[in-house]
Amino acid sequence: MLGYTLRRLFAAVPTMILLIAASFVLIHVAPGGPFTSERPLPPQVLANIEARYGLDQPMWKQFWDYLSNIVFHFDFGPSFKFKDRDVNDIIAQGFPISLTYGFLSFLVASAIGISLGIAAAIRHNTWIDYFAVSLGIAAQALPNFIMGPILILIFTLQLGWLPGGGWNGGAWPYLIMPVIALSTSYMGSIARITRSSMLEVLNSNYIRTARAKGIAERHVIWKHALKPTLLPVISYLGPVFVYVLTGSVFVDIYFSTGGLGQAYVGSALSRDYSVLLGVTILYGGLTIVVNLITDLAYAWFDPKIRY
Amino acid sequence: MYKLRTSAIATLVASTMLVAPAFAAGTHPTTGEALADDQTFTYRVLDEHSSVDPQVVEDVTGAEVVRDLFEGLMNQDADGKLVPGVATGFTTNDDKTVYTFTLRDNAKWSNGDPVIASDFVYAWQRAVDPELSSPYAWYMEITSIENAGAVIAGDAAPSELGVKAIDDRTLEVTLSAPLPYFATMTTHSTMFPAPRSVIEAHGADWTKPENIVSNGAYVLTEHLPNERSVRERNPMYWNNDNTIIEKVVALVINDENVALTRFMAGELDRTEVPAGQYPRLKEENPDIAISFPRLCNYYYTFNLSEDGPEVFKDVRVRKALAMAIDRKIIVENVLAGGQPEAYSFTPAAVAGFEPPESEMASMDQPARDALAKQLLADAGYGPDNPLKFNMIYNTSEAHKKIAVAMSQMWKQKLGVEAELGNMEWKVFLETRGNQDFDLARGAWCGDYNEASTFLDLLTSPSGYNDGKFSSPELDALMQQARTSSDTTPLYTQVEYIIAAEQPVIPIYHYAGVYMMDSDVGNWPVNNVEQNWYSRDLYKIAE
Amino acid sequence: MFGRSEKHMALAERTAEQAIHGRSLWKDAGDRFVRNKAAMVCLAILACIVLFTIIGPLFAVWDNETIDWTAMGDVRGLGAPSVESGHFFGVDDLGRDLYSRVIQATTTSLLVGLIGAAMALFVGTLYGITAGYLGGRIDGLMMRFVDILLAIPATLVIILLLVVAGRSFIMLFVALGAVSWLSMSRIVRGQTLTLKNREFIEAARAAGVGEFTIMLRHILPNLLGVVIVYTSLLVPEMILAESFISFLGLGISEPYTSLGALIAEGAGTMAYGTIWQLAFPLFFYVTIIITMFFIGDGLRDALDPKDR
Repeated sequence: MLGYTLRRLFAAVPTMILLIAASFVLIHVAPGGPFTSERPLPPQVLANIEARYGLDQPMWKQFWDYLSNIVFHFDFGPSFKFKDRDVNDIIAQGFPISLTYGFLSFLVASAIGISLGIAAAIRHNTWIDYFAVSLGIAAQALPNFIMGPILILIFTLQLGWLPGGGWNGGAWPYLIMPVIALSTSYMGSIARITRSSMLEVLNSNYIRTARAKGIAERHVIWKHALKPTLLPVISYLGPVFVYVLTGSVFVDIYFSTGGLGQAYVGSALSRDYSVLLGVTILYGGLTIVVNLITDLAYAWFDPKIRY
Repeated sequence: MYKLRTSAIATLVASTMLVAPAFAAGTHPTTGEALADDQTFTYRVLDEHSSVDPQVVEDVTGAEVVRDLFEGLMNQDADGKLVPGVATGFTTNDDKTVYTFTLRDNAKWSNGDPVIASDFVYAWQRAVDPELSSPYAWYMEITSIENAGAVIAGDAAPSELGVKAIDDRTLEVTLSAPLPYFATMTTHSTMFPAPRSVIEAHGADWTKPENIVSNGAYVLTEHLPNERSVRERNPMYWNNDNTIIEKVVALVINDENVALTRFMAGELDRTEVPAGQYPRLKEENPDIAISFPRLCNYYYTFNLSEDGPEVFKDVRVRKALAMAIDRKIIVENVLAGGQPEAYSFTPAAVAGFEPPESEMASMDQPARDALAKQLLADAGYGPDNPLKFNMIYNTSEAHKKIAVAMSQMWKQKLGVEAELGNMEWKVFLETRGNQDFDLARGAWCGDYNEASTFLDLLTSPSGYNDGKFSSPELDALMQQARTSSDTTPLYTQVEYIIAAEQPVIPIYHYAGVYMMDSDVGNWPVNNVEQNWYSRDLYKIAE
Repeated sequence: MFGRSEKHMALAERTAEQAIHGRSLWKDAGDRFVRNKAAMVCLAILACIVLFTIIGPLFAVWDNETIDWTAMGDVRGLGAPSVESGHFFGVDDLGRDLYSRVIQATTTSLLVGLIGAAMALFVGTLYGITAGYLGGRIDGLMMRFVDILLAIPATLVIILLLVVAGRSFIMLFVALGAVSWLSMSRIVRGQTLTLKNREFIEAARAAGVGEFTIMLRHILPNLLGVVIVYTSLLVPEMILAESFISFLGLGISEPYTSLGALIAEGAGTMAYGTIWQLAFPLFFYVTIIITMFFIGDGLRDALDPKDR
């Protein structure tokens, strides 16, 4: 396993370089640049700005400068849009915020989702099952962009219990609505996958065998059924984990949390090359690490898996 | 519909925000109104500001912050008129090419240093310096300061810019051409002073709250990007005694509907009214929903370039399309925010502008519709041969509504088939800039309160003229207006040409449509440029 | 874990399965699906929705783009759902008939949801099963490719598609397909990894069954449960993803609309006394989600190779 992990980490380097190169090219060929605006800048002013940010250099040179600045100085460059800040600033400010509400949402969504799914499967076709199914559907039926405004209407305007937005260092009143909004959107799916996976496992031969052998039902479920049940759930949770950790653009927009989700989408729309690339790299790095962890988790859940 | 709720939530928010000491309640020195204990003004901004560096800032949101943090030579009052700022006044030579400003002796930076003439020299040199590469460097060029263009082009050193400090209190500006309104231009953030020692010490980080030193009525105390920025009273400000608002909080709220909800919950003193909601809100809260004219227009431009469709080269087609739009419906039912209907390119609110008595403006809608049908039939289009073209706009709820309403008006009245296409902002700009369209949305906000800021758009050499309309007559008139002492008839004449040629379809002129808490005093509704200063506002006790 | 007895049992069952395989796998599944009441009811509801989108327009008084200028002036009053005005579902903010718009949106979104999810199903399953089954270096390469695609900013990819190919319904599906298959492939691969070590696969391999046949005949049927469930989850996801793609300019443009767009519009104005603008599109969206849930469940049960 250690050898495998090391090999994977080693493979991360070319993967990251390919990712950066591909994103770099995409960004530069996308129509409109960071300085395209409703009021086109006079050519000389534009030339000065491009010179300042090195955009007048040939593309390979820009790419090389960009990479070497990251590798040697850990400097992801200045933001092209938010001229008072550089990419390191923006990530350092936004990532902890996204991380906080994202991680909490992930915990809430997976804890409730998995429990609901397991309960529903064990008590298949009972009221518990129906309850879990309805809850899952309800969570899925209200997309983020409805949840956000509804929560604010209820908790801020009608009840006056919670502030309508902001972050305030992550104080709990500011955290509640973002976490509810973000976790519900995944909770339903997690419950759904868990439930059907559990049903399938409970139906499989070795569980039947175990039951036939007279092993207690509780023991069957916790000792034998749980691990294989969670395998597909983990496959689903991997990418979800990366999504929520890097923040949700909906949460950032509706609750003014100042997280990375908005910075990411905003930078793509404003063609803020450096911010977009910086967040993409963070996102790619997380994807690689989380997918590695997922793969290691597979092997832990099913010792027969060999890479 | 909802009662204003300021109880639980307000306490919750206040308990976290109320860092400033409670100020003794008093009365307003001139109006005598009782002032609120908590002099905090909280307003919503749509987007995070780009910068608070006066020479770098390029967006309206940022300029609002910078106007509070820094103070230029001259300011605007509530009506948009010029009043002294750091300068107590100025003199000019006879041909208006040399301006000499006298600086007040009690102006100070927030670190206690005096504001001196060389702070302006430094700032202005900085604004044109290719090394800083300010996106607003062009603004310095249109002020006609000597050598501005050459410095931007790298042909002259920044020190050769036509501005010098005669002594600490005297600033002398040399212009390359006479410019009667130069002093007005100094109210713009690009021309505000900059603290040299601080910038040299901290580099690009100088605008961070922990480093920034400013000379305006407020200092930046907190900045949480995409969440909020806070500015608080600057005790060093020369006119600090007359400043009432203690603290100004700008909250970034992207969604206008959420912003309105939060306003209703009492979290905000000001927010924008979403399109179409003004009449209802006005009915429910007559003192709070306000609307006033702004210096912006909204139009669709025909693509008249060589790549453009042949049909639009026929002025009858252009006129027919412009006539058939019922602007009353658009401003009353779609936007419903008190926006004026537009029959001229330049808003009527612009100073020294007299809109022409054009044919279209004088007709009623049925007459316009009849004429439109006639014109289109003359041009050879009718039920058997419907006119078809595409129209593009950037993705937005309000733009979509207007485009749909326009296309339906054409369809129902003229049988015209307009295909709608929305685009993401930068793609839209690129497409429009490359003349890759038939009809495209456009909007323009004046840089200054003068008709040329709009009309220049339609001159042949203008970089903003995406429709590529070209009229030698119009170009000549605009050229003439530059040096003329009475520009009003010239601009009216230009509008007559626009009305006759119809290169654009003016739809409406903007209005500022706000929910403004009734306890906010002295909001400058008459300042059409909406250059507001927090130090002129106050909160009335409720 | 379970010793030899389980292995033998599995082996025996698989061999038995082999024997009946050709005859009745799909027929059996079909029978089982028909017996599943919840699934059949939902299938009927879905059929009703489809039927509604076909015959609904016959009853419409207004089409989906014509503005009712009278209703436009007073959306909260005259624009409310009413039989007399002919606006059965009320009007949108511009005075357009919501009944016709919802019908058109439902058609679009159903197509988008089903085709988008189906593309993810085919591409993701094929890719995942190949990577997982072949394993080793090929798996590594294929999955690193997925890692890269997962992290590349989708916004830019969509914008580029728009610029290169222009706006069209087909490009919308290409864009949806391009982003949706990645998670599917990871899930399928994960399941394949564990399946390929099961005794029955080893037995099949020992018996000399070809690799391709093993993938198709033994691994794929055992994957279907998870794959179908995940596909049914993708349908609502695709319906919502469409509105973002259309926001960028690729996809559906006015006067045409989709459930995602209608819901987003309705959500914006829900506090302003025009709740029907949210309620009707949301009702159709939720109904589609519910039917997908139970149809997916029914299919899973029916196709479960162990369950016979």
